[in-house]
Amino acid sequence: MTDTQDKALSAEIELLTFQVGQQEYAIDIMSVREIRGWSKATPLPHAPAFVRGVINLRGTVLTIVDLAERLGMGRTEASERNVIIVVHTGKETVGLLVDAVSDILAINKSDLQVPPEMSADNNQTFVSALMIADERMIRILALAAALPAESMEVA
Amino acid sequence: MMDDDDPMIEIRASFFVECEELLESLQDGLQIMDDGVADDETINVVFRAVHSIKGGAGAFGLEELVRFAHQFESVLDGVRSGNIDADRSAISVFFQSGDILADLVRAARDDTPQDYTSTQAVLTSLETILGHSAADEPEEVIDDFQPMSLALDLGLDDTGLTDAGPPDTRLANDTDTPVFEDGYTIRFVPDSSLYASGNEPLHLLRLLREMGDIQVMCDTTSIPALADIDEEKSYLSWTIHLTTDEEEDAVREVFDFVADLCSLTITSPQAGNDDTPPSPPDFPPLDDASPTLPPLCTVDSQTTTGVKTTNEQPTAAPAATLPSVPANQDPPTPVKSAPAKPRPTVRVDLERIDRLVNLVGELVINQAMISQSVAEADLLSNTAVAEGLDEFMQLTRDIQDSVMMIRAQPVKSLFQRMSRIIRESSSMIGKTVRLKTEGDETEVDKTVIERLADPLTHMIRNAVDHGVETPVDRLAAGKPEEGIVTLSAGHRSGRVIIEVSDDGAGINRPRVLQIALEKGLVQESAQLSDAEIDNLLFMPGFSTASEVSDLSGRGVGMDVVKSAILALGGRVTIQSEPGGGTTFTISLPLTLAVLDGMVIDVAQQTLVVPLNTITETLTLTENDIRPLGPETSVIKVRDTFVPLLDLGAELGYRTPMDSYIGAIVLLIAQEDGTHAALVVDAIQDQRQVVIKGLQDTFGRVPGVAAATILGDGKIALILDPLDAIANANGRTRCSHATLQLTG
Repeated sequence: MTDTQDKALSAEIELLTFQVGQQEYAIDIMSVREIRGWSKATPLPHAPAFVRGVINLRGTVLTIVDLAERLGMGRTEASERNVIIVVHTGKETVGLLVDAVSDILAINKSDLQVPPEMSADNNQTFVSALMIADERMIRILALAAALPAESMEVA
Repeated sequence: MMDDDDPMIEIRASFFVECEELLESLQDGLQIMDDGVADDETINVVFRAVHSIKGGAGAFGLEELVRFAHQFESVLDGVRSGNIDADRSAISVFFQSGDILADLVRAARDDTPQDYTSTQAVLTSLETILGHSAADEPEEVIDDFQPMSLALDLGLDDTGLTDAGPPDTRLANDTDTPVFEDGYTIRFVPDSSLYASGNEPLHLLRLLREMGDIQVMCDTTSIPALADIDEEKSYLSWTIHLTTDEEEDAVREVFDFVADLCSLTITSPQAGNDDTPPSPPDFPPLDDASPTLPPLCTVDSQTTTGVKTTNEQPTAAPAATLPSVPANQDPPTPVKSAPAKPRPTVRVDLERIDRLVNLVGELVINQAMISQSVAEADLLSNTAVAEGLDEFMQLTRDIQDSVMMIRAQPVKSLFQRMSRIIRESSSMIGKTVRLKTEGDETEVDKTVIERLADPLTHMIRNAVDHGVETPVDRLAAGKPEEGIVTLSAGHRSGRVIIEVSDDGAGINRPRVLQIALEKGLVQESAQLSDAEIDNLLFMPGFSTASEVSDLSGRGVGMDVVKSAILALGGRVTIQSEPGGGTTFTISLPLTLAVLDGMVIDVAQQTLVVPLNTITETLTLTENDIRPLGPETSVIKVRDTFVPLLDLGAELGYRTPMDSYIGAIVLLIAQEDGTHAALVVDAIQDQRQVVIKGLQDTFGRVPGVAAATILGDGKIALILDPLDAIANANGRTRCSHATLQLTG
């Protein structure tokens, strides 16, 4: 949510859209550091299931979050086709394991719709807004909520 | 250094850094005096340290600090002049004063309130010492000394020093105009309008300096009390003595642009010097409403030039903050008259060094990766690539060593802190104990030093409280009344060895054993060797003090010391001799950035186990393994039973195996001296690894200390075996329960 608020001053934002499971998500492109191919992660003991482990990103230790697992869509069977989006929010840098990166969209803030509240979905908190592009629904990912630190406290 | 912050903040910060250095040399000097081998120079060093702190503090308006430093300085001055005898009791007061001074400096730096009761007590003791001495007025004494301390310390002339304190009319009484035989004597009294029109006396004085030898006296008599200062007015005036071949007109020309803005008297050599009244009170500040540089602004403008000309010597900040011009009087002099052994140093932000350390860590990893690919390429060892790689490896190692050296600091500062602990703790319980230090200059990683302070403090207190006997007992045992605690540091086979020893009664083993029995720490029937009894001290919940004293025995025992040292990758051992004293030996790795580890495989994962935690490795035979509970087992190692833990299962990588016969186990020593056996699949290698922190993202991962990057670029986790054992469930046999894999 904070990501979109930060940009409240400029009406136009750019979003990176990507595939997770069968769904299409997007994040603010300003929080994306790089996109890289999947490499096998070193698993961490006793970590939540959606934390796939850590990889070596040019000498720093990068946590990999399986976004599909995180969003309740089951574990991603990672292969070389999968993609890691390295994102940075606040002080943390995390890699998101997704199926594929699709597009970069420049949209107007006013095109974003507030998602309806529906209590049955427990991944509701991970979607901060919705939008339509070419008749497809794109979910704007609430990045902070999807990161391990916060969820570990809950878990 | 790169920020364009408020210059005052930076200057203030560097003042406090210098204070730390000055306090250190103060401690050193006092220690030498205490050892009874002080010469005049030692006392000068001590005096100068206090004096410089006072000077700087004055410039920043730290009144409390100035007040205390001034009193301390006065007494030291008496010692210097031989009026005060620096006997034992006096030196002990000096040590206390040094402590208070350090407290005040830190309180001023951190802007924390200071407890003035102790300050007051020491001030009173200082006054008492002063009172004993000849009836010298402290002020006078100080002023007598100023020329000297300036010449040595700041490279300034005496008037500059006089102004080192806050604007203080008291000091101005001494700014008598010296009588000069030749040259021009210039009396220069700027009006406030001079400053208002953007002129700067400094530039004029510099111009004069270019004409020949000058001596500048700043007259500060007109400066009112701080509260009465009108920052728009001009209070300073100067008397300049200039020796030059130039004509008087040329000298006058310097003042051409400000001729209307000041009152100027130039006395030529022929005319003599009889008409320059010393510090005339008849130059009242002009009532001109135009703005004038207040003294503090002068400080500002001085600072830049001052620092440059004094060539970054440690004393640059006090010099730079003098609100008068003399700093520029003769720039080359400070450099020439610099202290005898100037060590050129550069202050670097710790962050930059850490960045360098990280980069070197990466270089090491990178080199390991290249080595691996070269090895995989099956090149002959005499090819250019392989030879180049060898050199590369050598260079990498050298760079790594050099970078680690940058982070290294002498343990001296740590030891000095301990000498304070000794003084305070021994006086608290009525023992006389002195600290002897050896190997102060031994260098250890900065982080190690920081993290060693607490355990060492505890050990020192223990040595004073439990180690050294009471004076009565000591005399009865035929020892001198004064106990000695020795703190020594040195390098031994790639590790740092720190020893804390006392010349006390040694460990009272029967009593230790009795307490351990009372507390149920050992079994009645156990036969313990002397060393084993000594090691009981490290058991959690053990405390030998029969009554809880103020000093130690707050329920925090040596077990905490031990775990703190283990956390640094160190070990601690005890040697004790009844009647002869006790020695604790701490052995530490040189750096925290690399670690000696055993690279192991478990459940297809590669892990690194710190070598210092492994006591032994074994291959299990059928005979070794004994079932304990329904799901747990122990193994028999010689005559003891050790819990068997499957590392793969404990970390959640796999379910317990069907059989552990033939499995490899690492025997891990725990803090309480017992062992645990960790099952691993294979041992790969033993090597140094670069420690990489796991990001905070995870919170803490149980059983994992950090991570490292292996030669193939993969991340391996560095195990914290003690944590893994503490969190272990011990399941080594599958009872076909449904819940096996947690997390």
